[in-house]
Amino acid sequence: MGRRLLLIEDEPNIIEALSFILTRDGWTVHTHADGATAAARVKSGAPEVVVLDAMLPGRSGFDILRDLRADPATAQVPVLMLTARGQDKDRDLALRLGATQYMTKPFANAEVVAEVRRLAGG
Amino acid sequence: MAERQPTGTRIRERRQERGLRQAELAQSVGISPSYLNLIEHGHRRIGGKLLADIARALDLDPVALGEGPDGGRVQALRVAAAGAVEPLRPAPELARAQELADRFPGWAALLARQGARIEVLERRVAELAGRLTHDHDLAQALHQVISGVTAIRAASDILAENPDLDRDWQGRFLQNIRTDSETLAEASRALVRFLEAPERATAASRSPQEEAERWLDARDHHLPEVEVGGWPSGLPDGPAGSAVLAWSRRYAADAARLPLEPFAAAAREAGYDPAILARALDEPFARVLRRLASMPGGEGWPAMGLVICDSSGTVTHLRAFDGLDLPRSGGCPLWPLHEAFAQPGRAVRAFAALPGQGAPRLICHAVAVPREEPDPDMPPLMEGTMLVMSAPPGPSVGDRLVGPTCRICPRQACPARREPSILG
Repeated sequence: MGRRLLLIEDEPNIIEALSFILTRDGWTVHTHADGATAAARVKSGAPEVVVLDAMLPGRSGFDILRDLRADPATAQVPVLMLTARGQDKDRDLALRLGATQYMTKPFANAEVVAEVRRLAGG
Repeated sequence: MAERQPTGTRIRERRQERGLRQAELAQSVGISPSYLNLIEHGHRRIGGKLLADIARALDLDPVALGEGPDGGRVQALRVAAAGAVEPLRPAPELARAQELADRFPGWAALLARQGARIEVLERRVAELAGRLTHDHDLAQALHQVISGVTAIRAASDILAENPDLDRDWQGRFLQNIRTDSETLAEASRALVRFLEAPERATAASRSPQEEAERWLDARDHHLPEVEVGGWPSGLPDGPAGSAVLAWSRRYAADAARLPLEPFAAAAREAGYDPAILARALDEPFARVLRRLASMPGGEGWPAMGLVICDSSGTVTHLRAFDGLDLPRSGGCPLWPLHEAFAQPGRAVRAFAALPGQGAPRLICHAVAVPREEPDPDMPPLMEGTMLVMSAPPGPSVGDRLVGPTCRICPRQACPARREPSILG
């Protein structure tokens, strides 16, 4: 049983690719596609790292991040935010809301793996 | 509207004289800047307490701020002066606006009309900027493009970095790449349609030519009255009406040489091939192209588009067709329409393939010929005409790999590229 990672993303083919590369890197990958229930899923699943898409059905990634940081149970979990928006203001917003790291789509697989490892402390 | 403008314009003039920003004045009288903007542009009538408050804030007599005796012309001049982006030196002599209107009514009317036009265009620019920022369709299309690219990149990275991947996984990722590229192609086309979106343009921002083409679009470019020697009815107003009439004159001359019934029969027999038709009927190729695009269609008749341009490449007439993404000017030079100018009088037949999977592929027939009879004192005024119809999917060797404008064309290595694409 590897270390637990929760991938919150709604695009099936992105989920499949990221799950594949992270599983190969030794992670036990759980996935969740609904924004509205994502924060509760983080709380119940207690993952070591969260990879969070900014644009989700039900509730935006930014709102989910705000919820996570407001709850003491999830305030410290490392969150890698993935977003399609490249503007500085979105990066600033994500970091201000407490994202541990921020990555713009489209990303290289190796970058995601390296970043996730770094967030989990190597 | 005219009688509502004076108060707003005076508020705007006075506010600018005093160096106040809209937000500052709005805040001081307890209204939003956008509401003040509506008042200043005459879109909201005000009175009572708000008028008194604004008059006080601007140190004016409320009566003087209310509706005054100025005529519409004078008021329009004031509006034009108020629309100046920067303070003018010397400043317009607002106190002598009446005198200007009386002494030079033509110039005054021109100034007023230009001022009104600038306002319309400013509103249009604001509307477009708002659309780019908030439009749901655009956001959706961009999201699809980014998601598609991300998924394709991730899957192709996996395939490239894991040559030992078992066949099942390979098959799955290849299939994902295929479905994502289809989604991406559709999203890219949606994006291009959005960015061009001529149908969304308001009447104020359309040229007379575009207005005329919309009028013709509504009639499928077939004019039954002109076919029988008459003139079209229900023409649009102003210059657009003149443009329709000019086109109708040309249409009438074509119809006189190539009457509807026999021409339609000959076209069917020739398999809609304009080269065969032109030879069989001994008529100029360009006329045959125009005539084919003006037929009423019917059973088995293929859909056709038509584009005419001058030698600067500026489109002067367009019958729209899916894939015929030609802007008024600055379009892709690889269309056979432009190729025809290289050998005037020579009929060009070529396939044109638009970028992207599933994008339209067209068969194009084009020719460039002098527009007028030769004049020894003038260079020839050339005109290119191109008829398009759908072609089976391709592309094939020899296809002209055309695109929309360079800014939104994904063919990065295109030798005809004039400027970088925003698509990467």
